[in-house]
Amino acid sequence: MSAASVNTTPTSAPVEPGEPARAAYLRFTDVKKSYDQQVLVVKGFSLDVAKGEFITLLGPSGSGKTTMLMMLAGFESVTSGEILVDSVPLTRTAPYHRNIGMVFQNYALFPHMTVAENLGYPLKIRNLARAEVERRVGEYLDLVKLGDFGERYPAQLSGGQRQRVALARALVFDPSIVLMDEPLGALDKKLREQMQVEITHLHRDLGFTVIYVTHDQSEALTMSDRVAVFNDGVVQQCAAPNDLYESPSNAFVADFIGENNMIEGEVASLGDGTAEVRLKAGAVVTARIGDVTEAGEPCIISIRPEKLFIREDAPGYENEIEARFSVRHYVGDFIRYYYHLADGTEITVKALNDAAAPKVTVGQDSHLVWHTSDCFAFKPL
Amino acid sequence: MMTAVSDQLHGASSPDALTREEILASRRQLRRRRLVALGLVAPLLAFIIFAFFAPIATMLYRSVYNPTVVELIPDTLAALGTWDGTGTPDEPVLTALAIDLKRLANERTAGRLGEEFNRALPGTSSLVKSTARKLRRADDAELAASGATMLGDIDERWTSTDLWNAVRETGRSFRETYFLTALDLERTPEGGIQLRESARIYIPLYIKTLRIALVITVLTFLLGYPLAYYLAHAPPMRANLLMVLVLLPFWTSLLVRTTAWIALLQTNGVVNSLLMGVGLTSEPLEMMFTEFATIVAMTHILLPFMVLPLYSVMRGIDPSYMRAAMSLGSKPIPAFWRIYFPMTLPGVSAGGLLVFIISVGYYITPALVGGTDGQMISNIIAFHMQQSNNWELAAALGALLLVLIMVLYWVYDRLVGADNIKLA
Repeated sequence: MSAASVNTTPTSAPVEPGEPARAAYLRFTDVKKSYDQQVLVVKGFSLDVAKGEFITLLGPSGSGKTTMLMMLAGFESVTSGEILVDSVPLTRTAPYHRNIGMVFQNYALFPHMTVAENLGYPLKIRNLARAEVERRVGEYLDLVKLGDFGERYPAQLSGGQRQRVALARALVFDPSIVLMDEPLGALDKKLREQMQVEITHLHRDLGFTVIYVTHDQSEALTMSDRVAVFNDGVVQQCAAPNDLYESPSNAFVADFIGENNMIEGEVASLGDGTAEVRLKAGAVVTARIGDVTEAGEPCIISIRPEKLFIREDAPGYENEIEARFSVRHYVGDFIRYYYHLADGTEITVKALNDAAAPKVTVGQDSHLVWHTSDCFAFKPL
Repeated sequence: MMTAVSDQLHGASSPDALTREEILASRRQLRRRRLVALGLVAPLLAFIIFAFFAPIATMLYRSVYNPTVVELIPDTLAALGTWDGTGTPDEPVLTALAIDLKRLANERTAGRLGEEFNRALPGTSSLVKSTARKLRRADDAELAASGATMLGDIDERWTSTDLWNAVRETGRSFRETYFLTALDLERTPEGGIQLRESARIYIPLYIKTLRIALVITVLTFLLGYPLAYYLAHAPPMRANLLMVLVLLPFWTSLLVRTTAWIALLQTNGVVNSLLMGVGLTSEPLEMMFTEFATIVAMTHILLPFMVLPLYSVMRGIDPSYMRAAMSLGSKPIPAFWRIYFPMTLPGVSAGGLLVFIISVGYYITPALVGGTDGQMISNIIAFHMQQSNNWELAAALGALLLVLIMVLYWVYDRLVGADNIKLA
C-alpha cells in the first residue's frame, strides 16, 4: 500500500498516518481542464504517484480519465495546474520530449513497418547504434514472448500479439512513465485476463511506473496498486483495491465498484463510528458511517449481495430485515436471489452454490441478515 | 456402409450423410439462387457488352481491317494477284482497272477509291477522279479491248510502279499500315519497315501527352494533398462545407468550367487585366491556346479525382498513429514523413492513377483551350474521326492509347500493387 498523499476534491481517501511517505515521482497539483473556458472536464485533480507504482484511473466514459491521460502525454494542454515528474514541470514540454511511453487502445502499431521496425523506431530516433537497437528490440520481443515475430507485419498478428508488441514498443526506450489507454478493451475476455497477468508480471519484473486508464473495474482492481475512481471530472476516491471495495468513501464509489444493494432511509442517530438508520421499508438498522454527518438527514445504506444471508434464526447478526423472494438466477459458482422489500426496493443476495444454498419458493417471505461492519450509511447520490 | 446404402435406397436419412433427394434439392436451391443473381445483373451485363465491349472490339478490328478498296475494284485486284511489284503490271490488269473505274464513275464512288489511294500515295485522289470522269462515257467493247492504252493516254502516272504498289497495298483488307502510320513508321519499297521520312507527328504527340498527363498528376498531388489533409482533420461541419466546394466543379458542366478558363486566360481576360493592372506586365501574356492553358484547366478539372481518394484514406487514419510516433520521441515533421505519409500512399497512388489515366485520354479541354500547342493524342484521334475521315488510323491511334494505358497499369501494378489502390 502506498502512503503517497492524495488530495482530491471534494472527497479524499484517508491518509494512513505513521507510514513513511515515499517521495512523489509524478505529481499532479490542482490540474483543471476545460475546452471552452466554461465547462470543466477535469476539476482540480491532485495526485502523487510513487516511482514504480501502478495507478489506474477508473470511471465511466466521459468522466475525464482519458483527458487526464492525454494531458500527461502532452496531446492536450493543461488549462490550469501543474504536472511534475521528478519535481520538473512537464506542462510546457512537447510530447516528443516527455519520454513517456504510451499503449493505445487500437495499439497504433505502424502498419507499414515490421514488428522489429516498430520497436526500433523510438530507439533510432534516440540515435542508438544499430547493434544496440537490435539487441534491445530482441530483448523486449523475448520479454513479451514474441522472439520469432520480428519480421512480421502488424496485420499478420493476432489481437493479443499486437497488444504485446504495443506494450513492448512503449517500454523499449526506458520511458519514465508508461501510459495505457484501455489497452485491453479490444480483446476477448479470456485473452484480456491472460494479458492482465502478463502486464502485472512485466510491471513487477521491470518496475516501471504505470498510469492505466480503464472503465473495467475488475481490471482495475486486479492489476493496480491504487485506483483513482473518476466521476464527473472529480476523483471520488483514490485507494488500494481492497480499501476501495471494502470501505468506499461515498455512494458513487460503493455503487460503481462491484455490486451493492442500496436501501433508502434516514439517519436516526449517530454514534461512535456507526449510525442508526431507519429504513423506508420499516426496519431500523445499524451501519458504519460512510459520509453522513448529522442525524435526521436522508441517507442510503449499502450492503454487498455476498454479505447478506438468508436465515430464519440468526443470533450473531446485528441487522435483520424482512423481504419477499421473487426470482432466482443460477449462475454456476454462485446463485443470485432477488428479493423485494416492503417498499418495493429490490435486494440481491449472492450465495455460494453449495449444500448450504437456501431453497426458497416464489412469494415466500425470508429474513435477510448482515453484520454492521459490512454496511455503510452514505449521503444519497 | 451397408446400412447407409440401404438407407439411401429406402430414402431414409442416415445421421451422417445426405440422401440423394436432399443433395438434389440442395443443388436445385443453389442453381435457383445463381439464376436469380444472374437475372439481377443481366441488364447491366447486356448494356456493358453493347455499349462498352462491342465498340472497343469494333475499334480494334477497324484498326486493321479495311475492305473498301477490295469492294470497289475486286476485278483489278484479282488480276493484280501475280504482279511482282516491279515495273508496270500486265495489260489485262490495267484494262480491268479501266473497266472498274468506269463502273465506279457511274456509281459515283470513284471519290472513295481516290481517298483510299491518296492515303498510300498523296496526290492520287485527283488522278482517280479525273480519270474516272473521262472513262464514264467510254465504250465497253473498246474499253475491254484497249483499256490499258486508254488509261496510259489519260495519264501516264497509271503506268508508274509507285502507284501500283499503292493499289496493291490498299487492296489488302487486313493491313498493319495504320499501326505503322500511328507509330511514325512506313514500309520501304523492299518491304522492310523504317521510320517515316516525311513528318513524324504521332510518337512526339504520345510523348507530349504522357508528359502533360504527368505534369497534371504532379500538380494535382501538390495541390490536393495539403487540401485533403486539412479536410480530413477539420471539424466535421467545416469539412463538409469545404467538401462541397471541392465537389462543386464536379457538378458543373465540363464545358462551362473549360469556358470559364477561356474567360480567365484570354488576351483581354481576367488574369491579364489583373497582371497589367498591378503593373507586373506591360502587355498581355499569351496564355490562351497554349500547353500552359491545357495544363492549368485540366489540373483544376481533375483535382477532385486526387482529393477524394486522398481524403477518404486520410479520414481512415486514426490520430493515435501520429500520437504514438510523438510519444515514442519523434518530432512532428519526421513523424509525418515516416509514419503518416506512407500510410496515405494507397490514396496517393489511387488518385495519381485516376488523374493520370483520365488526363492521357482527355479531349474536350485541350480541344477548347489548347490551341495547336496544347493538343493531346485524343485531339488527333478526333481529327481523324471527324475531319480527315480516316477512321482506321483513328482506331489504330486509339488502340495504341489503350495498349499504352494497359502497359502503364501493368508497370504500376508491378511497382505499387493494384491491391494498394484505395478509393473509399
